[in-house]
Amino acid sequence: MASNTNFEKYKSDGSLQGNLLEWFDARFPATSLWRGHLSEYYAPKNFNFWYFFGSLAMLVLVIQIVTGIFLVMHYKPDASLNANGIPVAFASVEYIMRDVPWGWLIRYMHSTGASAFFIVVYLHMFRGLLYGSYRQPRELIWIFGTLLFLCLMAEAFMGYLLPWGQMSFWGAQVIVNLFSAIPLIGEPLSVWIRGDFVVGDATLNRFFSFHVIAVPLVLLGLIAAHILALHEVGSNNPDGVEIKKKKDVHGNPLDGIPFHPYYSVKDIVGVVVFLMVFSIVVFFAPEGGGYFLEYNNFLPADPLKTPPHIAPVWYFTPYYSLLRAMVWPLFGIDAKFWGVVLMGGGVVILAFLPWLDRSPVKSIRYRGPIFKTLLTLFVIAFVLLGFLGTQPPSYAFFGVIPGAPVAQLLTLYYFLFFLTMPWWSKIDKYKPEPDRVTM
Amino acid sequence: MKRLLTALLLAPTIALASGAALHLDKAPDLQGDQAALQSGAKTFVNYCLNCHGASFARYNRLTDLGLSEQQVRDNLMFTADKIGEPMRVAARPDEQKLWFGAAPPDLTLVARARASADGSGADWLYTYLRSFYADPKRPTGWNNLIFENVGMPHVLWQLQGTQVMNKDHKLELAVPGSQSPAEFDRTVAELVGFLVWLAEPHAGFRKQLGVWVLAYLVVLFGFAYALKKAYWKDVK
Amino acid sequence: MSNESRVDCGRRRLVVATAAVGGVGAITALVPFVSSMLPSERAKAAGAPVEVDIGSLEAGQMMTVEWRGKPVWIINRSPQMLETLPKLDESVADPKSAKRMQPDYCQNEVRSIKPEYMVVVGICTHLGCSPTAKFKRGVEEGMDASWLGGFLCPCHGSTFDFAGRVFKNKPAPDNLEVPRHMYLSDKRLLIGEDKKGA
Repeated sequence: MASNTNFEKYKSDGSLQGNLLEWFDARFPATSLWRGHLSEYYAPKNFNFWYFFGSLAMLVLVIQIVTGIFLVMHYKPDASLNANGIPVAFASVEYIMRDVPWGWLIRYMHSTGASAFFIVVYLHMFRGLLYGSYRQPRELIWIFGTLLFLCLMAEAFMGYLLPWGQMSFWGAQVIVNLFSAIPLIGEPLSVWIRGDFVVGDATLNRFFSFHVIAVPLVLLGLIAAHILALHEVGSNNPDGVEIKKKKDVHGNPLDGIPFHPYYSVKDIVGVVVFLMVFSIVVFFAPEGGGYFLEYNNFLPADPLKTPPHIAPVWYFTPYYSLLRAMVWPLFGIDAKFWGVVLMGGGVVILAFLPWLDRSPVKSIRYRGPIFKTLLTLFVIAFVLLGFLGTQPPSYAFFGVIPGAPVAQLLTLYYFLFFLTMPWWSKIDKYKPEPDRVTM
Repeated sequence: MKRLLTALLLAPTIALASGAALHLDKAPDLQGDQAALQSGAKTFVNYCLNCHGASFARYNRLTDLGLSEQQVRDNLMFTADKIGEPMRVAARPDEQKLWFGAAPPDLTLVARARASADGSGADWLYTYLRSFYADPKRPTGWNNLIFENVGMPHVLWQLQGTQVMNKDHKLELAVPGSQSPAEFDRTVAELVGFLVWLAEPHAGFRKQLGVWVLAYLVVLFGFAYALKKAYWKDVK
Repeated sequence: MSNESRVDCGRRRLVVATAAVGGVGAITALVPFVSSMLPSERAKAAGAPVEVDIGSLEAGQMMTVEWRGKPVWIINRSPQMLETLPKLDESVADPKSAKRMQPDYCQNEVRSIKPEYMVVVGICTHLGCSPTAKFKRGVEEGMDASWLGGFLCPCHGSTFDFAGRVFKNKPAPDNLEVPRHMYLSDKRLLIGEDKKGA
């Protein structure tokens, strides 16, 4: 167990190699890190498909960091126009795509990686919902995770400005203007964020700084906290039972297996499958049908001309829908402000899940029909909100059912799902959890 | 569980069942047809490059279309001295802004930028370039069916001839040009093919490489899966 | 569970095989990243061969052209200048140009294709400063009385003759570099490329 960090130090067998290792281990917790987090970190043996996404998120992070390092070597955060009348930042992205050897591959990996990150993280979070991974004693892991999600959104948002295309520019314009909705301090705050009265060179440079330095540092710190907290309490599993309750004579969980080699070899399979899907996008559909690389972003930013339809990148659209759903002023404050509150609230409310869920069991396997129905509806609502967020507000399903009121209803459902959870999760039926995990 | 997944998969398809306003003609796919792309390149430098730049592309990249550097120099390179230079416009963008009101956009990426839910960028360009009609109300004397009040005149009118709009808002050829309608469609198709190539010259190589990468991953999957099986055989 | 005592040969072989296949992939994946740091198309275009018209370059004059960001001197050596070269064989470090600081076709007494036209990269072989021309003789150029004309590097005092040969006992180790070049016509030079390529 990770809580047992006092592993014996490495003892040399007398060989040179052994002596070196002993010297090293006496000065650095190499053995205890290896054993505590890998070879003697006992994970439940019944992990299924859904448990790949944590390690895949780590893989995508590595892809983003490595490709990012190489992109920074060639990218220039400069909004001024070059001799051909093109913004330098936009031209430098095309320079990477055409003139830098293999630059196109590195750039497509990074742009596809951004979308892949959110796909993987959304599935990872959904796994938490399915099996109650946020429940006691894993509340802190879940909170770190929510913070990671927020950080990732900030990272993606600021990264999206850098190509300095039309969607980059107008997306940033709209989102930064949201801050102006905050009463009293809003207007000066949004000017401070931009460093200008419009999104300009100053904004581009500070977003670049945040995107490549500040936010990645915070992300890495939060990931360390997320994993340390996980290894302290141990992983949940699809049955939602605590494997630490049943131990063998050595004090190891009966239903646990060492993470290494069992889950390391299993995760390799997941990694290869992920890389296949990733490669299909990178090599055969890097634009992702206009969702991963938006068509309008192949036009350089033009502060005088808004594209006819602007929408955020797909991974923000569910929250963008929450924002747009609020059209009524409340308590004498603009609707715009309440829209921002809804959007922020939509993310923050996730952090409270551990205390909203009052069910006696964790996993969907033992929960009742109310949970199953409401969770299904929640997923549908989330996907539909995401879809409506990519469409103009005037959108109508089949040309007849107006999208805007549907989005408002779905928004209402999104929040009611969480806010009424203490009530419905308590009255829902449930099956008794087994003593041991099932395979 | 299953229900959840089906719902997830179905939601976007149901939602997508509406929309689409613009009808676009399907552009023929000429990628890989070097003769067609070379001919498109020729149309491009003769008709487009006078006002529009392709400033992200270098002349020597045109050798990927099966031309020698000397051929590019002799037949296609009018705005630069060196083969490695980008395909710039002769005029400066700020001068063009004075002459035209707005600088004509760079065309390197136009085939990617013009894609939409209505069709690919190629489809849009193919339709647009064939949809000019005479309109005396416009300062240039031209209007366009899918790009209303466009600032650009019909540059290819000598080839296509003059179209006019009839009472049903359909275009008909009033004065024939030097090319027959079928020939003109082919000219535009080749030009559009060139623009598609220009927007991403390495696209062909990207797909070839992708096949190799996937083949490798399939092999790696075999080993990884066997390894996982070998370790997990004693987990019960 | 897996214990060190129970070695499983099948597993061992698979670990090695998977690591080998994965390793090949990982190393191949490095190629794009490493090659992305090579000169880009833009750098190559900027470093492309330069065409120079030397028709107006009079005897005794020199011109400087930029090639790959470096100064390349073209000197139209007068007969007086050429006369100085054999006299200096004793004073220069590598009189026969034995070291490969020039293409084969310039490994001769005058280090050039045509005797009068010297083409040389104007970068001191010591630490990369650009020497200054000191074409006049002796004290007139502020040099000592035996100076027959050539170049002086202002940074550390290395001196070179009209063929770019470095004088003995100076900090610079080698003669100035002669770039690949060829004559496109009588008076047109191409610097950076010869018949064998760039």
